[in-house]
Parts: sequence; structure tokens; C-alpha cells
Amino acid sequence: MSILPLIDDVAINRRKFLTASAGAASLLALGQTAPAWARGADLHGGGPIRPGFDEVSGRDIALTIGEGPRVVQGRRGHAIAVNGSVPGPLIRLKEGQPVRLAVTNTLHEDSSIHWHGLLLPFQYDGVPGVSFPGIKPGETFVYDIPALRQSGTYWWHSHSGLQEQAGHYGPIVVEPAGTVPVQADRDYVLLLSDFTPLHPHTIMDKLKKGEGYFNYQQNTWTDDYPLSGEDRRMWARMRMMATDILDVTGSTYTYLANGRGPEEGLEFLFNPGERVRLRVINGSAMTFFNVRIPGVKFWVVGADGQNVRPVEVEEFQIGTAETYDIVVEPTGEARTIVAESMDRSGMAVATLASRPGARAAVPPLRDPPLLTMADMGMNHGSGGMDHGGGEIGGMDHSAMGHDMPSQGASADPMAGMDMSGMDMRDTSLLPPSVEVGPGIDMVSMNPVDRMGDPGLGLDNVPHKVLTYKDLVALEPNDDLRRPTRQMEIHLTGNMERYMWSFDGKKFTAVSDDPIRFAYNERVRVKLVNDTMMAHPIHLHGHFFELVNGAPADRQPQKHTVIVQPGGSATFDLTADEQGDWAFHCHLLYHMHSGMFQIVTVAQPPSAPDVKRVGED
Amino acid sequence: MRLIVAMFLAGTATPAFAQDHSGHAMPAPQAPAQTECEKEAARHRAMGHPVPEGACAPTAQPGEIASADPHQGHSGMDHSQMNHSQMEGMDHSTMDHSGMDHSQMPAMDDSTMENMDHEAMGHEGMQWSGQPPMNHQSMDHGMMDHGTMDHGTMDHGAMDMTPIPQGPPPAAAGSGPPRAADAIWGADAMRASRDALRAENGGMNVFWFQGDRAEYRAREGGDGYLWDVQGYYGGDLDKFWFKSEGEGTFGEKPESAEIQGLWSHAIGPWWDLQAGVRQDLTGPERTHAVLGVQGLAPYMFEVDAAAFLSTKGDLTARVEAELDQRITQRLILQPRAEVNLSAQDIPELGVGAGLDSVELGLRLRYEFVREFAPYVGIEQEWKVGQSADYAHLAGEDPSVTNYVVGVRFWF
Repeated sequence: MSILPLIDDVAINRRKFLTASAGAASLLALGQTAPAWARGADLHGGGPIRPGFDEVSGRDIALTIGEGPRVVQGRRGHAIAVNGSVPGPLIRLKEGQPVRLAVTNTLHEDSSIHWHGLLLPFQYDGVPGVSFPGIKPGETFVYDIPALRQSGTYWWHSHSGLQEQAGHYGPIVVEPAGTVPVQADRDYVLLLSDFTPLHPHTIMDKLKKGEGYFNYQQNTWTDDYPLSGEDRRMWARMRMMATDILDVTGSTYTYLANGRGPEEGLEFLFNPGERVRLRVINGSAMTFFNVRIPGVKFWVVGADGQNVRPVEVEEFQIGTAETYDIVVEPTGEARTIVAESMDRSGMAVATLASRPGARAAVPPLRDPPLLTMADMGMNHGSGGMDHGGGEIGGMDHSAMGHDMPSQGASADPMAGMDMSGMDMRDTSLLPPSVEVGPGIDMVSMNPVDRMGDPGLGLDNVPHKVLTYKDLVALEPNDDLRRPTRQMEIHLTGNMERYMWSFDGKKFTAVSDDPIRFAYNERVRVKLVNDTMMAHPIHLHGHFFELVNGAPADRQPQKHTVIVQPGGSATFDLTADEQGDWAFHCHLLYHMHSGMFQIVTVAQPPSAPDVKRVGED
Repeated sequence: MRLIVAMFLAGTATPAFAQDHSGHAMPAPQAPAQTECEKEAARHRAMGHPVPEGACAPTAQPGEIASADPHQGHSGMDHSQMNHSQMEGMDHSTMDHSGMDHSQMPAMDDSTMENMDHEAMGHEGMQWSGQPPMNHQSMDHGMMDHGTMDHGTMDHGAMDMTPIPQGPPPAAAGSGPPRAADAIWGADAMRASRDALRAENGGMNVFWFQGDRAEYRAREGGDGYLWDVQGYYGGDLDKFWFKSEGEGTFGEKPESAEIQGLWSHAIGPWWDLQAGVRQDLTGPERTHAVLGVQGLAPYMFEVDAAAFLSTKGDLTARVEAELDQRITQRLILQPRAEVNLSAQDIPELGVGAGLDSVELGLRLRYEFVREFAPYVGIEQEWKVGQSADYAHLAGEDPSVTNYVVGVRFWF
């Protein structure tokens, strides 16, 4: 494939860009040209919810939260929708410019909008009970956001109850104030999400009651998983399931691309030879996606809205709430974009089409993956290395260039493993900050840094898959101080009881005991995953830098980091956004089960008191 | 490859790139850093990228630092950009690493290495003189004792090897509950949403009702019926739990029926301790105190074990275990065992001391949905020992085979 410089000082061809996005908009809006908020009336009347989204922009933006019936590929559900569509409108903003977003809640319950990834005063972050009181039924709340300090791809969603699952989410694009560093002929948003006809509270209820309720890929007498009888007994003895990849699966979800099911034919048009930028947003409630365009290599140029040095890959896994910007030069008549759920129980599909209606083959779902010993927190099974199960901490041999073979899912994921006598819940390995109790069903024996992992099930695919270690910031970071303090936060859980928490303490136990940082404090935070599930951990109001082996001034900045099962991930944080901020697992039902905390960043020592609203 | 390099150059807005020796795999030119850097910076400023003034200052010029005061301004140093091979005063090629015999090192204590970041030391760039690439894979790190290595003789110069200290937040981080929003919106306005947030994120209660066995029993003599239901209401750790079991023959009074009300408290990840009251609804008037455990045993056995002390002073116990064997995703074979024990003879109930009765069952169910699964099965009951004798005396067969059809359901 021809490689053209993706990063260029030539400004984007504005006219071409507008043409492309207008084409996209008309395509997405199914020919309806008036923006949803301008049509107004049918929103409040509970009319049917449209798939796809319009675009809103300007100094003042009006958004209306409504509800109505929604049909996806013949499956009916109840939707909470903003401006009458799911996803809600694309909010296009401009770096350096302020914006006022007036949000009207027409529901019969409180609602909210959180601007995921935007740096702003905490009181406009949109988390009821943390940043503001929420938006009462019938109220309009104005988010008065000062000049934006960033550009890139972000998204917004409800932070009230489980409304996000029901459709209350949408994309944000912040145009840079200067030149666009990523040159592309077309610029599209691809927002991935999950639709269910079930009420979100029903899903929560099933998860609490029936372990594996949504998993129809469990190991059985008749499966063809590469598990020996010994492996199966070992998993049964641990009271865990090797097939426990995602809690909510394609058994109830239809996976959506910009609100459309895989059979509903989302198209992104291109002319041969054009370079297409796709802003991929994972706006799902509970789904990790493996994204690929079979037969096509592409460049990852942005992560969580921040530009990164282009990385050529053929696939990447995107955790809930993450965003990746990719640039692709499609060839041929059409190419299929496949976003397969991590457990491979379903996929969202879109097509890069050189003419309307052009289609490429849709590949079948690949075999579902299995958890491996690395996911149990035992990461040194390969080769002749024997660390004796001790704490290795931040030592990462793979990053030392020792040429270690990739670990985990070989033909037999448990090959050569002797589990006898191993304690899967040795709580003596936990620091005192972790409260040991029934909410912890596993302790990672050897939580090595797994930021070099491509993600569950992608260890052995025959092509390059993105890992966090591939990410290098394009622009230098501004704070190169060495952290003065390191803290460790354990991600803890109990699958059987469906309890999830930080440090063994659900939010109910620590709602008055936040994680505290001094203003401008530079802290290294190590997240240790003592569960067998991957968790996308999101800190509001900040970007942190992944300690991923990139030079200190080029550590990639992110707002959400996946911590792989049984492993760890580390980031450096400059706590320079004063106020209270939510910090949580972005798997909606994990958060709802207690995996939520508040991070408090103290005021600057000399800061004047914050003005109250209404005061001059 | 040429284009990739060009792209990296174009995408790099500071001189750090020109000094980034960690990327040795790249064929990019490494010198002369200063002038290239300034050119780059100028070009990027022209592009609108913010390149701070002085960005080309020698923040990472290891050679210069080593020759100047080696302890000045190291707090901001980026070790990942250090190239040890070019550091004056630190010549790894003269260090005889080949003399290090890792295999002889006893008992490496990895826990002391927690904060060592080998990656940032840039070993890739080290010139290993006279030594083939190390094969760490075949090394037994478990036998290494890094503690006996004398790092002090290595001149790391400015490298800061001290771990970042773990500790509580500084005093400047403040204390107390998170109330920043109160200053903006007022404490009264925040209260309700704060309570709701706490209730929503981990504070929910659940109601569950399960008919584990609700079945028709075909057997010699007269066909009968059985119910075995349970449920709870509560949170993750504390629940009110209720159970009811009963059976009988059609056309006759129920042979047994009971109901239990229990407080259930989690005592481990998989186990609940349950205590409460059981009321018998048939036979002689009896109420029991109940103490038991219920949960999931290794190998996925669902276990319910309880002891009962009756108002008549009788002590009995019951242990039940079930195991779900998935044949397919929806077809499930469930072996089940139940053992009843008694500390004493209870003639009016036909119960003998010791092992009273044993039940073994096998049920095959099909889950149309998880919540609704009809089944067929077989269950064998034996009265044992003195209980068998009581049965004989009453003209009953102490061994009964039931062919069952029923439904397992929950909501």
C-alpha cells in the first residue's frame, strides 16, 4: 500500500471536507434535512427515535433529552434520546472558543450530560451528586463552558442512572484552533454502541441474580474449546469461567454503528485514492470492540482525542469510552469495517463505499476467546523463568527487549500449568489500603504491566494489533516532573455476587472518603486488576499519561485506560483541575455495582474562593 | 520505510526526537542535534504547533550533563532518552558484565525491585562487549540475587534510581468528604443527588424468587408432588432469605411441608451464613432454630447445609448439593444429593438417630430462557438405619424411586 504523509502542514481542504460531511449528514439523517432540535414537537410527544445523528455547533447549543420507542432491525426497545436520535447529535466545537449548552430534560426522572474527555470547570462536568445536582424533569440546565483548551474526538453521555444504555449518548468533535495536523479528504465519526430491547434495570437485575446470564458461549460437554479435562476441572475448582469475557453479550445486544444495526447498512462514502479519517468512539454501555477493516492496513493517529505518532495496524481493541482516530486509504469498490464484540458474540458493521450501495464481504465472527493464565494474574508461565510467585511490581521484562514470546492463548491456554496448591485469593498479597471481604473473589498473584497486550483474544491474530505501548504523543507533554508520590489502586470484584469496587470498597462505603490530590501534585498511579475481567477506567476532567515506555515527554495522554485482567496499568497524573471528579469503571453495570470513586483535587493554595452562581 | 521516517520527523514538534536515542532501531540521523532541532522547531511553529521557546535547550544531553555538575536539575530528567553508550564516565563496555554469573545468584528477591524501571534505563542501547545477546528466557530469574550486585560501582551518574515513594496524600490535598460542588450550587441543592448517587452505585437491593424444583413425581403406590422454592431480598452482603419445601401424594394430606425465614450474611466470596426460624406445617407442631451455610463450593457445587434445633429439643441436619453440567448452552444435566441426619430418634416423625435418609437425583432441563427450564428426571430416596425400620413398621417402603417431571424457574 502506498504510504503518504498523514501529518502535513497543508491545511485540510475545507470545501472538500464540508462536502464530505454534508454527504454523510444527509446519508445519516435519512434525507431529513432539518435538525432534530428544530423540529422539536415530536420529540416531546414520544415519537419514534431516529437512528444516526445530526450536527449542532455554534456559541449556543440547545439539546433536549426525550424518550420514545426505538426499533433496531425489528427489535423494539425504549430509548432515551437527545434531540430525537440515537446517538444524539454530533456536537462540533472549536478549540479556543467558549460554548453554552442548554440542556432541557423532558423525562419524568432526573438526567444529565457528561462531556466525556473535555477539560472544563468541575461544576459543568455533569455528574449528579459529584459536580452538580443533576437536571430535574422539565428543567433546562446551561453548561457554560469557557474557551476550550483542546481539540480532538470526544463524546457525551448521561451520567444519571443507567440512561446511557438506553441511547443517551453522542459524539463531540473539537476542531483545532490552528492547522489540522491530520490530513484527510474525508472526516467521519464512527460511534459504536450496544442496543438492547431490555430495560437497563432488567439487565442489572439479571447480572445480580444469574451468573453468566447473558453468556451463551460457556464451556459445555459439546463445545470445541481447546480446553483439556484438567483445564475444565481447574476452572470449576476456582468457581470461575474461562468464557467470562463480557458480562452482557450479543445474546441481548445488537451492536450499532452510528445507531444502525449490522444489517441497516451504514455507509461512509469515498472516492478511490482519498484518505478517510474515522473518529471511532466506543459509546457502548458494556462492550469492548475489536475493530478492523479486513485486508486494509490503517494508521492510528489519535487516542482519546489526543494526536499520537501514526501507528500502522490492522486491528485495535477499543474499550468502552475510549476513542481512536484512524486514517485509512480504502481501495477497491468497498471495504467492510468490522467492530466485533470482544467475546465475538456479535458485531457492528459499516462500509467504506465508493458509491452508494457498494458492499464488501462481511467476515464471519471469529471463535470466541478464552481467559488465560495471564488473565488470572499468573504471567510468567512461559519459558524457564521462575519468579516464585513473588511480587515483581513494575518490572516488565517484555519491555526490556528480551524477546519473550507472547504469552497466553496458545493452542492450549493452560498448557504446562500446574494449578495444584495455588491460592487464587491470597489476600496477604494485597496492600493495607485494600479491604478484604466477600467482595473480592480473586487476588492477582503477579500483576505485571500488561499495557503491551493487544487485548483479550488478540494475542495470536496473524497481523499487527495496536497496544498501549505503540502510543507515542505527537505533541510534547508540558509537565515533565518526576512524580513525587506513587499510589496503587486495586480493581476488585466478585463475579458470583456481581460486586465491583476499588480497593475492595464499593462507592457506598467510601462516598465521603475520596481519593485526594494536592493541587498540581504529580502522582504516579498504578492500577492493579485483581479480577479476570478487563476494566476501562476513566478519570473525569483530566488527561493522564500512560507510563508505557514512551519517552517521558511523549507518554500518551488518555482519559480512559483499560487494565487487563490480572495485570496492571500505570499512569502519571498532574492533578491540576481543581474540584471533585468522578473516577470509575466505564462498564456501566460495574459502575452501577460500586466501581466508582470521587477524586478530589484541592484548590490552589492561593486561589480565591470560587464564586457562587448568581454572584457578581 | 523512508516515508514513515519522514512522517515521524514531520510529526515531531520538539527537539526531543533528535535526542531520543531510545529508538535505536530507527535509521534516523542522530546528529547534529542542535541545528536540526532549531529548524524543526521553527518549522513547527510555522505550522501552528506550540513549540515553547528554549525547547531546544539541552534538557537531555547526557554527555554535557555528565561533564558539568551531575546533580543539577535532575528532577525533570527523562531517563528514557539517556544513551548510556555515549555517557562520559560511564562506559559499559569496560564493565565486565560477562563476569556476572546470574545462574549462581541465589534467591533473587523480586519484591525489592518493585519500582525499578528497566525499560527507562535503555538497555537496548547498551553495548554489551564480548557477550552474545542474553537469552533471558532460559535464565532462571528465581535464582538471581540482585541484592548482591554492587550497583554502587556502576556510575549511573545522574540516574535517579530511587523509587517513587508510596504514601498518603500530602496535607495540601485536604481532608474530609468531597464537597466542592456545595460551594457552587449549595449544600441543600446537592444533597438529594448525592444520596441518589450513593444508592445507585453499589447500594441496590435485589428481590429473587426461585422454584428450584416444582415437580410431579410418578412412583409406585400413588403419584405425588414436590416443591422446593427459595428467594431473597437484600443487598450484596446481607439478605432476608426464605425457603419452603414440601411433598405429598395426590389425594392425601401433605407428608411434609416447611417454611424458613433466615437472615443471610456473606462470610466469604462464595458463602453466606444463614440463621433464622423454620416452621413445620405438617405433622406434630414444631418450630426450629436454623443455623446454616449456603453457597458455591469448589467445582461449582451449589451447597445448602443447615442444622435445626426444634422446640422439642431435637437436633437434626440437612445437607443438599447440586451441580449443573452443561451439555449444550441450554441443555443442562443436574445431579443432586441430599442427606438428612438426626442426633436422636424421633419416633413420632419416623426419624432414627444417625443417618436418616439419602436422596440422589438426576434432572435434565432445557433452558428456553434462563428463567424457565422444564425438566425430566429420576430421584431415588432411601430411609436408612432406624429410619428404615420405622418405615417398615409403618408399612412403608424405605426405598422409593420417583420419576419426575417439573419446571425450574426464577424471577
